[in-house]
Amino acid sequence: MTEPLLEIDALNITYHTDHGKLSALRGASLIARTGEVIGIVGESGCGKSTLAASVINLLPQAAEVTSGAVRYKGTDILRLPPEAQRALRGQDIAMIFQDPMTAFNPVLTMGAQLVDFQHAAQIPRAEKLTRARALLARVGMPDPDLTLRRYPHQLSGGMRQRVAIAAALLMNPTVLVADEPTTALDVTMEAQIIHLLRDLRRDYQGAILVITHHLGVVAELCDRVYVMYAGEVVEEAVVDDLFHAPRHPYTRALIACDPGHFEQPTPILPTIQGRLPDLRTPPTGCSFAARCPLAEAICATPPPRIQISPTQSALCHKAGGQP
Amino acid sequence: MLTYAIKRVALAALILFVVMLAMYGMVFLVPGDPASVALGPRATPALKAMLTERMGLDQPVAVQIWRFFANAAQGDLGIDVWSKRPVLDQILEAFPQTLLLGLVALSWALTLGITLGVLAVVYRGTFIDRALGLVSVSFISVPSFVIAIYLLLIFAVWLQWLPAIGAGKAGDIPSQIKALILPSIAVGIGWVGYLARMVRASMLEIMAANHIRTARAFGLPERKVVTRYALRLAIVPTISVIAVGLGSILSSAVFVETVFSRPGIGTLITGAVFKRNYPVVMGTVLVTTAFYLLVITAADLLIAKLDPRVRDALAR
Repeated sequence: MTEPLLEIDALNITYHTDHGKLSALRGASLIARTGEVIGIVGESGCGKSTLAASVINLLPQAAEVTSGAVRYKGTDILRLPPEAQRALRGQDIAMIFQDPMTAFNPVLTMGAQLVDFQHAAQIPRAEKLTRARALLARVGMPDPDLTLRRYPHQLSGGMRQRVAIAAALLMNPTVLVADEPTTALDVTMEAQIIHLLRDLRRDYQGAILVITHHLGVVAELCDRVYVMYAGEVVEEAVVDDLFHAPRHPYTRALIACDPGHFEQPTPILPTIQGRLPDLRTPPTGCSFAARCPLAEAICATPPPRIQISPTQSALCHKAGGQP
Repeated sequence: MLTYAIKRVALAALILFVVMLAMYGMVFLVPGDPASVALGPRATPALKAMLTERMGLDQPVAVQIWRFFANAAQGDLGIDVWSKRPVLDQILEAFPQTLLLGLVALSWALTLGITLGVLAVVYRGTFIDRALGLVSVSFISVPSFVIAIYLLLIFAVWLQWLPAIGAGKAGDIPSQIKALILPSIAVGIGWVGYLARMVRASMLEIMAANHIRTARAFGLPERKVVTRYALRLAIVPTISVIAVGLGSILSSAVFVETVFSRPGIGTLITGAVFKRNYPVVMGTVLVTTAFYLLVITAADLLIAKLDPRVRDALAR
């Protein structure tokens, strides 16, 4: 197996809020190798966006990394001096942001911003514009020249998401983090963007992290998946195994709730009963126990990470049995 | 954009017309006829009749109003009742003095206010932020004439570093600059605090925006993120406040020019009001209102120029 390009190792992140400390990430670990597309799924508030932000260490002011590491090519970026961290951003590790409506500066043209984003490249401005133009064409913008002269509000949501993807690719980064790349879009736009990302991954050399709550996106794009719940990675699996042999009850519940998976019309949409535990006082045992149909007395004690195969593991007392 | 500009100028002209009409009405609302008020209780009837005729008050009201507007449109604002000099000449002498004072005061207030506002954001939550907040609020709450009197006492009377009154000798630039220092501090100091608070508030909001996170995620230097990506945007709502500011600086000039005995619109207007010198009062009000409207209209056009969203909303 190739060396991990990006490794998140037992990361703990706490938010200091007005209502006390909140554990957003609790020992989350993840590995991404060159050429892999990694999916990170979970419901809102499970910590997946915190995980994404930690990859470039652009966490909100209130966040504090209490332990763990984010290693890029073996170096812990959380402990690099700020200037060295900044040098990695956009150049080695690039983000495709959620909500393209607000991701760009409203008073600068797209051209000005796409040139600024290449600030580290020692090439003339004209060359930067040429590069931006080529990438806009690559992501399927109909008129790249016009797009460069446009302001963000003059583009549609789908177009802005395409520009956001082009922007992330500008410096040819080795790690690409897509934080909910399709969430703000309608269904047809979503399909187009998924199509584009699939198309791009064919000739992309690095690793891609796709953060989403949409299992369809995972099935379409990813090689391996990490399922997150209440700040923990509860299951890790190759995409086929995840859909066909899920081991964690939460993963099973997520798949059961995915409308894309129904074959018969149903009068009631299935849901997972209960809600996320309060992360100010995380449960000592399994965090999913309160909502789990399989929960027993033992689930009140911390669950073990059970290795099912070299590529699949689940954080569950009951994962050892047959699926 | 051009239609918008034309609309704005037309609106400004309309406001000016209404203001002048209201001003003119005031002359008739004041008890007693303007001529006897101007001349005082011991005036002879012959003198009154003469003044009434000279001021055109013997004509029907409609004719008076028409004459006033027709003359004003040709740049003739009437004759001073007392000195018999054309009002326009006096305004043209006084106005540049006030404008100079206002511009100097506003430019240093802008530079310092924006810098302090940005510093408070860069060091938000620290001792520097809290200290700047305290200083800004004290600057805002003290009236400019109180500051003017204290400045006079400290720097002119006690330390004797700077002149207490006047605008400096004509043609002697260093003495004119010296004479400008204290008044411009008195006029501008409240604005420093106000601008610092405003810039801080709008910068704080913008620094939390998603596009700032984008700029940082692309590794842009923090200096560039603050100036090009945040401040450029934070300045837009400040512009209209600055425009109103330049207008109200003209009114605070009334106090400051009185305290420092500087020639200017403020001195002219107070003198004229005390002497019931209606042509001068109306002329100065006309010119200051016109100036005020000009600045506000220019600010609106500048905002449309700086913010493409406003520009596009107007085009629609």
